[in-house]
Amino acid sequence: MTQYIIRRILYAFPILLGVNILTFVLFFVVNSPDDMARLQLGQKHVTQQAIDNWKHQHGYDLPLLWDGHASAEEKLTHTIFFQKSAGLFVFNFGVSDSGRNIGADIQERALPSLALALPTLAIGLVVNICLALMMVLFRSSYLEQAGMVLCVLLMSVSSLFYIIGGQFFAGKLLKLVPISGYDDGFAAFKFLVLPIAIGVFSGIGSGVRWYRTLFLEEVGKDYVRTARAKGLTETAALFRHVLPNAMIPILTGVVVVLPSLFMGSLIMESFFSIPGLGSYTIDAINSQDFAIVRAMVFLGSVLYVLGLLLTDISYTLVDPRVRLS
Amino acid sequence: MLINPPTGRLQTQRIVMKISSCAAFLLAVLLAACQPSQLNNPYSDADTQQSILYQSFSERPKHLDPAVAYSSNEYAFIAQIYEPPLQYHYLKRPYELTPLTASKMPQVQYLNAKGEALPATAAEQDIAFTDYLLDLQDGVRYQPHPALAKNAHGDYLYHHLTAADIAPLNTLNDLPETGSRALLAEDYVYQIKRLAHPKNQSPIAEIMKNYIVGFAEFARQVADKPKTAVKDLSMSGVTALSPTQYRIRIKGKYPQFSYWLAMLFFAPMPWEADVFYGQAGLQDKNITLDWFPIGTGAYYLAENNPNRRMILQKNPHFHPEAYPSEGEPSDQAKGLLMDAGKPLPFIGQAVFMLEKETIPYWSKFLQGYFDASGIASDNFDQAVQFTGGGEARLTDAMREKGMQLETSVETSSFYMGFNMLDATVGGNTDKARKLRQALAIAVDFEEFISIFRNGRGVPAQGVVPPGIYGFADGPTGINTEVYEWQDKKPHRKSLEAAKQLMSEAGYANGIDPKTGQALILYFDTMAAGADDRPMLNWYRKQFAKLGIELVIRATDYNRFQEKMRNGNAQIFTWGWNADYPDPENFLFLLYGPNSKVKFGGENASNYQNPEFDRLFEKMRNMDNSEERYRLIQQLQAQVRHDAPWLFGFHPKSFALYHSWYKNLKPNLMANNQLKYTRINAQERAQKREAWNRPVFWPLGLAMAGLVVLALPAVRAYRRKLQG
Repeated sequence: MTQYIIRRILYAFPILLGVNILTFVLFFVVNSPDDMARLQLGQKHVTQQAIDNWKHQHGYDLPLLWDGHASAEEKLTHTIFFQKSAGLFVFNFGVSDSGRNIGADIQERALPSLALALPTLAIGLVVNICLALMMVLFRSSYLEQAGMVLCVLLMSVSSLFYIIGGQFFAGKLLKLVPISGYDDGFAAFKFLVLPIAIGVFSGIGSGVRWYRTLFLEEVGKDYVRTARAKGLTETAALFRHVLPNAMIPILTGVVVVLPSLFMGSLIMESFFSIPGLGSYTIDAINSQDFAIVRAMVFLGSVLYVLGLLLTDISYTLVDPRVRLS
Repeated sequence: MLINPPTGRLQTQRIVMKISSCAAFLLAVLLAACQPSQLNNPYSDADTQQSILYQSFSERPKHLDPAVAYSSNEYAFIAQIYEPPLQYHYLKRPYELTPLTASKMPQVQYLNAKGEALPATAAEQDIAFTDYLLDLQDGVRYQPHPALAKNAHGDYLYHHLTAADIAPLNTLNDLPETGSRALLAEDYVYQIKRLAHPKNQSPIAEIMKNYIVGFAEFARQVADKPKTAVKDLSMSGVTALSPTQYRIRIKGKYPQFSYWLAMLFFAPMPWEADVFYGQAGLQDKNITLDWFPIGTGAYYLAENNPNRRMILQKNPHFHPEAYPSEGEPSDQAKGLLMDAGKPLPFIGQAVFMLEKETIPYWSKFLQGYFDASGIASDNFDQAVQFTGGGEARLTDAMREKGMQLETSVETSSFYMGFNMLDATVGGNTDKARKLRQALAIAVDFEEFISIFRNGRGVPAQGVVPPGIYGFADGPTGINTEVYEWQDKKPHRKSLEAAKQLMSEAGYANGIDPKTGQALILYFDTMAAGADDRPMLNWYRKQFAKLGIELVIRATDYNRFQEKMRNGNAQIFTWGWNADYPDPENFLFLLYGPNSKVKFGGENASNYQNPEFDRLFEKMRNMDNSEERYRLIQQLQAQVRHDAPWLFGFHPKSFALYHSWYKNLKPNLMANNQLKYTRINAQERAQKREAWNRPVFWPLGLAMAGLVVLALPAVRAYRRKLQG
């Protein structure tokens, strides 16, 4: 398995390089270094000299991908691409175009994102699986049908509606929790209750339907019939046999998103004023801060690759038949 | 296994009881854990009775270095921290400069080319230089700051930090010792030298090269040197004459320079700040001068977390300053002079919370958790209604809460411009001018203000907005090309008049004689979103009144700016916000040598009229006088006639304040209002408590509903077990 992991990590390098080149090309097709300078310097009294000075100070006065006038390896290294991207592979994110250290910003903002996303995922998973198992337990009854209708209804509503509705109902009408905000440590609890509850509730519709499908596929198999024939109750059969055997698709969905939980949720964090990473990339795109955009795209790619690797490893844990080689 | 019915019923009862007791337990824990009166309080309960102002910000500031910051969201913080020598009087109107750290207004001395003193009445062409001599107050000290901390031997404690010292730091507050020192004239000189250093990238560096003597030479001299090098190099035009006096020498005569001295670019900076923040390793921790200011103002930045909140704390070393005892005649009646003569500031702390979305922000404001709020379009009808006479007033719901509404016309202009280099709409020919004049009548900005701005704007009659010297009210101030004075107010001329002008321009009924089809004009805009469609359709409709087809060329920000720079736009919308309250700062937007295409200036419509330029050059450096006023009226008349702009409107700001917010007077030029603000914390605490009593019964109802919903499942489960 170690060999497999090393091989996968080595595979990741060309993928990350490709992502980096693609981000770079897409960004500079839309924005030139002059455009970036203008946006950073503001709208008033911006002269060409001020723009040239900004580009020089931020290293955007170099050629983009290839310096034909430079000698030897400098043809490649004396470019914006190399200067801005090489450090990423050792997780040196550098300084944003507005002068802040990106690594320090990410470190500071990842924790609030995680504080919201991790409980939402964990509680959501438990709730969705329990409800899905209940629907399987009452399959072919009016309860299941009613549950399915409810799930479709819940799925049909926009997540924005849940957020605004939740804030209106719990924060404004009942005045039970703060409408938005955040605090450090345990004081964050009262600010996180509502967004987590909304996150869990808004995911019930699709989550329950997905898990129900997985369990229904398992529940008709021979080993479950055998278990029932041996005298196991329906709940025991579901929890002891169906659930463990449905773990592979569940893990596929869950483990792959685990690393990217750091990246946060744009809308949720924005509406609840949670200082996470959710809006970091969008804000950077709007302010044409290439340094942040490339860092976040790179980080997203790394986490995605990591998520896929973790999924593969987790298969071996839940299914002894799977061997990584 | 068989289960008899009584046992099954018992099980059901047990499950229901368990659910109910769990719910009751959870509710009890929730109640015990929180203060039941204000569960939704986003702040610490201990702060309830404190004199703390709660504000919000929607966009994190990019820069807090006074040499670089130039946005209103940045000034909201640093204007409370840094102090230039002058400031705007808080209450007096028209806006008036008063000393801040200066002991008196600067002495202005004109000099000829030989450096000899000239009288104040000297002709402009004789004046080669102007000296501004500034005297500082005694006893002004910096806020407590680690950069100024010294040990017992008088050596700076944190000017030689090692990597090991820096490693555990996360924020500036992790350095335990702080120090302070007296403000020196040299600090103002140092800051001006910082403005010149290319590595600081000050947005006004290029402008100041045209004014301050030796500025450009100094910039070239230090270009390759570190930022700290400016301390030991001198700039010929800026000199500290004593610890409390310094002189700035500028080229020629430029009376508006006094206004620059009230801007934060000219605030003092101790050299220790650059030495301290310049230490390797601090930037990696985001501990930079751009994020942790050091000033002499009424407040200092106690917490800087632009991702969540910024806290300004009262500066313990703030110099004596009193609330003004003079103002406008109506200020006494409004209670704005009740605190006259009392020492500033009144508020101990100001907390700025990051709120990106208007819906939660507005709800929190109504709950009393923010003290003041602007009014978004979505909430406008909830807060404001117009009387029959067109006057804005609060709705009953807002009045019940004791809200205060403050409106003020901003010193800004929003206009629709023509590219004067364009072959169809540009140029000084009769044909093009009459086409522009016809459009000036047809595009009904009164309707625009009503539809798209909820009435928040004043139709513009010229370039100069209200509140700026040279603005004329009443019949003498109207744009006679577009309006007629009737019933004591301006009335837009009829569409017939516009059609007549179209005919005279050779476009009768909007038909272009070259094509025999409707004249096609192009509107270049960045408004490309779905929300902008109604506005773009409205513009089309306005042009269609004259039979003109308006083609919308929507594009992104970068391409739009490029079109403007290259002169490829035909019609566009643009705006300008005053840097300082002088007509020169608006009329220069139409000065030929400022044209965007030829000179990269702010004259976006590339208007060039020799007569206008001549009058502007005569007016710009004059002191306010009858002659200057007359020249301004001539300039206004000229551009009204030439119509390079459709004078759109001057925005009107509406803001709501809770009843506990005191000393409230909009001041559009000053940004340091926080020190004048007073909060009645007791009243706020009472109202917050009354407005935020939690309501529990719907929770109980929801839980009961859940139990009822669970019952069929439990019964079905029991039947399943039986079957």
